[in-house]
Amino acid sequence: MKFRDEYRDGAAARRLADAIAHTVTRPWTLMEVCGGQTHAIVRFGIDALLPPEITLVHGPGCPVCVTPEAYVDKAIEIADRAGVILCSFGDMLRVPGADGDLLAAKSRGADVRVVYSPLDAVAIARADPARQVVFFAVGFETTAPANAMAAVQARREGLTNFSMLVSHVLVPPAMRAVLEGPGNRVQGFLAAGHVCTIMGLAEYQPIAALYGVPIVATGFEPLDILEGVYLCIRQLEAGRAEVENQYSRAVTTAGNRAAQAVMAEVYRVIPRRWRGLGDIPDSGLGLSGAYADLDAERRFGAVVDGDDAAGECISGLVLRGERKPPECPAFGGRCTPERPLGVTMVSSEGACAAYYRYRGAA
Amino acid sequence: MCLAVPGRVLDLSGDEPLTRVGRVDFGGVVKEINLAFAPEADVGDYVLVHVGFAIAVIDEAEAARIFAHLDEIGELAEFAGPLGAEP
Ligand code: SF4
Repeated sequence: MKFRDEYRDGAAARRLADAIAHTVTRPWTLMEVCGGQTHAIVRFGIDALLPPEITLVHGPGCPVCVTPEAYVDKAIEIADRAGVILCSFGDMLRVPGADGDLLAAKSRGADVRVVYSPLDAVAIARADPARQVVFFAVGFETTAPANAMAAVQARREGLTNFSMLVSHVLVPPAMRAVLEGPGNRVQGFLAAGHVCTIMGLAEYQPIAALYGVPIVATGFEPLDILEGVYLCIRQLEAGRAEVENQYSRAVTTAGNRAAQAVMAEVYRVIPRRWRGLGDIPDSGLGLSGAYADLDAERRFGAVVDGDDAAGECISGLVLRGERKPPECPAFGGRCTPERPLGVTMVSSEGACAAYYRYRGAA
Repeated sequence: MCLAVPGRVLDLSGDEPLTRVGRVDFGGVVKEINLAFAPEADVGDYVLVHVGFAIAVIDEAEAARIFAHLDEIGELAEFAGPLGAEP
């Protein structure tokens, strides 16, 4: 496929790896923010191509993983009501709440439907006006504009049976939280390419300056990630901490203005609790005043943040880049994708699932 | 979840910015994609698609840049010593 296969070329990857090896003089720890990048790294063995001085740690960029239990519980509670259709992206169905998951609700008869696009949920509401249709809106800045368009569309059509349970999260505040963590070891970031496609690069400047970390907007293919590492290492070795754009085929400095405009209309920035990371100020999106009537929490009761169940799962440390999945005692033994103990094993984009899938239980 | 896939725009329909759609070809699989966030997308362009929406038109000149950069750093690496560029 064009714009994919050419970025998987092995010889080119080795040349980049050589250039990195020539550039590096001492140990550096980089974090790739997005779960999609983590998957590419583990799948293609990119970490194994890098010189031993470079450690890649995996970041919090899996929206499914960081959605709090309380929201999953609310989605299940709504789905269990008569006359309701709960629409969700497929990845959310196996995320555990305090008591079960959406898949279990579906198998006991709740009308839970997997949608590919948020507009599919609007279409379901249009086709079935007698029932309340609730869309479980999760995701980072990449997904937020698409979900916002579902709200815009429902409003324009005057649908009174459509609402959204919104648990959107924002990437830059999470990067700050990682850097502020007591066990932080991250010295540079590969920023999540598609989040930058929407938001542009401006919000990373203050982070790079304040914490002295290079931030390189990076794509998802092997050559993208290797070039991102190269640019980041080059900065670190030169003592620079700037925002750079590796993924310029899809990222501009200003970002996607049409998407930003719709986000500004539909959402407002709010504090959010992240599973594994705790409360982070200004780190989420909720519906704006103008769209508050589409808020499922208004129709079905507010989500009450509780403490997520403590157990032996250390996914919080995994999401902060403080531990790698194989360092978890449960990894591959008591915790597998078939019988997961934590979200980072449940989600197909979680770091634990990536290691298990491509590297096995050991 | 932030997966976005490149595909080629086959045709366009609708003139209203919010509901403009295109049929997009993903290596043989064709889907109807909302173009509200890629108003500049034209037939033949490659767009990056996420949950049914085009979020960017891929900049073809920038897409080639990485390979020019590779040639550049390949030469540098050659200068630097035996680990250098591929033969
Ligand atoms: S391996 Fe399982 S228990 Fe361990 S951190 Fe990952 S999800 Fe949690």
